[in-house]
Amino acid sequence: MQISIDFDKCCGAGQCVLAAPEVFDQRDEDGIVLLLDSDPPTEEYENVHQAAAVCPAAAIEVQQ
Amino acid sequence: MKPGAPSRIVVVGASAAGLSVVEGLRREGYTGRLTLIGEEAHLPYDRPPLSKQLLSGAWEADRLQLRASDAIENLNLDVRLGTPAVALDANTAEVVLSDGNRVSYDALVVATGTRARRLRGTEGMGGVHVLRTLEDAFALREELAAKPHLVVVGGGFIGAEAAAVARGLGCEVTLVTDTAQPMGDALGDDLGAMLRAVHIKHGVRVQTGVLVDQVRAADGRATGVSLVDGRTITADTVLVGIGAQPNVEWLAGSGVPVSGGVLCDATLYAGSGVWAAGDVAAWPNPHTGEPVRIEHRTNAAEQGLAVARNVLAGPEHATPFETVPYVWTDQYDLKIQIYGRTRDADEVRIVEGSIADRRLVALYGRHGRVCAAVGVNMTRALRGYRAQVADAAEFDVRSAA
Repeated sequence: MQISIDFDKCCGAGQCVLAAPEVFDQRDEDGIVLLLDSDPPTEEYENVHQAAAVCPAAAIEVQQ
Repeated sequence: MKPGAPSRIVVVGASAAGLSVVEGLRREGYTGRLTLIGEEAHLPYDRPPLSKQLLSGAWEADRLQLRASDAIENLNLDVRLGTPAVALDANTAEVVLSDGNRVSYDALVVATGTRARRLRGTEGMGGVHVLRTLEDAFALREELAAKPHLVVVGGGFIGAEAAAVARGLGCEVTLVTDTAQPMGDALGDDLGAMLRAVHIKHGVRVQTGVLVDQVRAADGRATGVSLVDGRTITADTVLVGIGAQPNVEWLAGSGVPVSGGVLCDATLYAGSGVWAAGDVAAWPNPHTGEPVRIEHRTNAAEQGLAVARNVLAGPEHATPFETVPYVWTDQYDLKIQIYGRTRDADEVRIVEGSIADRRLVALYGRHGRVCAAVGVNMTRALRGYRAQVADAAEFDVRSAA
């Protein structure tokens, strides 16, 4: 799985952290996404797809 | 495939909710025929940036495309863009398009969204704008380039964001709203007053608690607005941001229940093989049973995925849609985020930060229970309070994340 993030699009909603807390976090100062694991284990795939699907800025792209 | 499972699914509406439905269906393994019908000629694009980065000129249209063309291609859809659905024939289970074509379905998802409300008498009037589509945003942006005096009618999300952008572009801006404070419906009086102060500091003239009576015009072009209290504000350009109304007229006579949106049950099912998702869907509030619609970007995505699952499960096995509503706004250097429903809150308490610092988390309560949490420039901290909103926790001065 390859996760790419468009940081300029990120609006700091944190929906990705709710969907996949093992893979995403937010910066303290502005809430911009932090990618904790760019190559997550297979058991996280569903969560990562969910994060990409609900991101309100379409900032997360997943290739698998 | 299960017996009776749908093999021809039609999604009407090709914006965030519609996209979420078709993506959800394919992710859940649906391989049957899937048609996506859109009124606009564009592939699905994102609307929140229309009143932010697109209006300011920071972004162009390509940045708003929700998925790359090849990603849409890979969904293997029958895409019909620029041909809105104009009728639903429930007897034959067909959607009638504006070009006369008919598309048959065994499951239909209505995701036709909303359109901007307009002020009466402004149809075809030059210099009067709404902000809902890409074309709307470009038309307004083009006018703002001449640095006109802009009057914004309405102090909601669209109006307040556009006022901030227009100031950034060097326009003279007057914001007129019937609420006591800008975004008062969403923020309440205290945070609304803070937002008002920020707009005034940036040079916006803010007129609150007064309704606009009509747009004044000469030679077919707006010259300003008159207020119900008799005052007149002259302007070169008028932006009307007074809310949206659901696109349900095409369902007239179809038997699909419509009242301020498509009336659904808790699973977003409207009966007769018809489901709804996004701005247009009205479904029972789990606490009050009253039908509610949520016009938020995240709701569109979440409902789209929920409907995709429920369509495949079938009405008997569908599960209720549950959500904690989330919405945000960016104005100047403020990022304001809201979990839950602030409307009708009877208590507000700042639990972190302060209004003076323009950094805070506030909890909103109703009948002794937390109904919303609002953050100003405290994105990460705010997320810690979401659970209290989800649980409708007891509203307590000691509430902490």
